[in-house]
Amino acid sequence: MSHHIVEVKDLIYRYPDGTPALAGVTFRIEHGESVGIVGANGAGKSTLLSHLSGCIIAQSGLVAIGEIPVTKKTLPDIRRAVGTIFQDPNDQLFMPTVEEDVAFGPLNMNLPAEEVERRVAMALSKVNALHIRKRPPYRLSGGEKRAAAIATALSMSPDILVLDEPTAALDPRTRGLLIDLLHGFTHTKIIASHDLDMILDVCKRTIVMYKGAVMADGATEQILADIELLHRSGLELPMRMQSCPKCAGKDKES
Amino acid sequence: MAMLNTVLGDIDALDRLSSRGGIANRIDPRAMLIATALFVLAVVSYPKYEIENLLPFFVYPIIMISLGAVPFGVVARYLLIASPFAVMVGIFNPLLDTREMIVVGSISISSGWISFISILLRFSLSVSGALVLLACTGYVRTCAGLAGLGAPRLLVTQFLLLYRFVFILADEAYRMARAHSLRSRGARNPGVSVFASLAGHLLIRAYDRGLRLHQAMLARGFDGTLRTNRELRWKPVDTLFVVVCASFFAALRFGNVSRTLGELVMETQR
Ligand SMILES: Nc1ncnc2c1ncn2[C@@H]1O[C@H](COP(=O)(O)OP(=O)(O)OP(=O)(O)O)[C@@H](O)[C@H]1O
Ligand SMILES: [Mg+2]
Repeated sequence: MSHHIVEVKDLIYRYPDGTPALAGVTFRIEHGESVGIVGANGAGKSTLLSHLSGCIIAQSGLVAIGEIPVTKKTLPDIRRAVGTIFQDPNDQLFMPTVEEDVAFGPLNMNLPAEEVERRVAMALSKVNALHIRKRPPYRLSGGEKRAAAIATALSMSPDILVLDEPTAALDPRTRGLLIDLLHGFTHTKIIASHDLDMILDVCKRTIVMYKGAVMADGATEQILADIELLHRSGLELPMRMQSCPKCAGKDKES
Repeated sequence: MAMLNTVLGDIDALDRLSSRGGIANRIDPRAMLIATALFVLAVVSYPKYEIENLLPFFVYPIIMISLGAVPFGVVARYLLIASPFAVMVGIFNPLLDTREMIVVGSISISSGWISFISILLRFSLSVSGALVLLACTGYVRTCAGLAGLGAPRLLVTQFLLLYRFVFILADEAYRMARAHSLRSRGARNPGVSVFASLAGHLLIRAYDRGLRLHQAMLARGFDGTLRTNRELRWKPVDTLFVVVCASFFAALRFGNVSRTLGELVMETQR
């Protein structure tokens, strides 16, 4: 049995105010896959990811992480396995200092103090944020907040990494760093993003969402080259695919 | 709005002072809590018309502020910001309580004024005591100290989250005020209907953010108990600190120091 498999079957979700967000989503992600989730604003990406981390429990249909269905009862197990990075880092940071925020998860896992300390340093250095460790998170720049938020998930050493718009508000250097970091994370990762170049770089497989349903699911190279499909789902070709030699060169370097 | 931000900015600044590692910052939070509690208790336990015996108590915040290198300006600003509250509490005393109490030359001071001044003094002392605690110990360590002294875990967690929530609320309010002023051509006061809508939005947004934060906490294994990596360690210095503070306050409270001092001075001059 692997903890790293993600299974979603006929998932339907409607927000309490009646907004339909997911209208029957089905897919299966195998151990070690890296999957991009793309789609226009309001397509349901964030809602889908919230189901994977158990922040939302399925109203109808099934969500399972490594054979364990996501229900209220299994939440502790799910949360140990899945590391989530939310779309808005303001939602993720709540402790008085960055350092304490990153330590929050490991401390809840009842790890010994030295191990917690080691993980905090490891996670912060991975996102290049060691210098802000003593700062209060609510007084950071957007990009610094993002880096801190990613560190809070990394410090828990999750089996599956779920990221919602991880490159938003990052400067090119930090974005490059994040992409390297994602390459280095060999477990399963699921990334929702409008940064199609990053998806092209990091994810082998891509799922296209449109109005709460899966419109296409396949190899990233093919999907992101399909102009007609992208247009129908409200997206554009990634820069690198727009046969612009300059961008193409740049992206290969980074 | 600007004022709210100043206040929060100050709290934040004071809180951050506590992580600088000065002498006063190294006192165990439990010791600081006990000392602060004794201080406030001593100050508020005086009878209604006390003034002269309250004055020596200012020694404590002054010493602590110097030890912890807290800027006097911030403390003074706080006292000013918070003082309308004390004035409100005491302002009717001079009107209601007009018995003559002290006569200085031809001016007589009524007991109402005396009790009013006494209230202001006690208030300033208590607030400075609290600010000293915040600046020397920091909010989170203070909470940890509370837990260490046996306060219910749930309560302590509530305190911790409340602190974060206040900043969220202020942040949201600030952003909404900015969005409003950008589109209202500089009109300072929104009409009643706009204001009601702003206030409603603010509550919903703060509530939503609170919910999402709670989700984020759950996603990282939060089970209702807040764990911190800061072990509390009671050192001999802390015992010393509490003993010194306790005897100092007791001496002030029960020993009538200002009179004794005054008498001593008179004696030596004789
Ligand atoms: N808390 C909520 N209450 C009601 N409706 C919501 C809520 N959050 C999202 N929705 C609605 O659900 C649908 C899907 O939203 P979701 O946030 O999943 O989209 P998304 O694909 O992540 O979009 P984006 O790219 O803008 O982040 C949208 O129609 C949105 O308006
Ligand atoms: Mg989203």
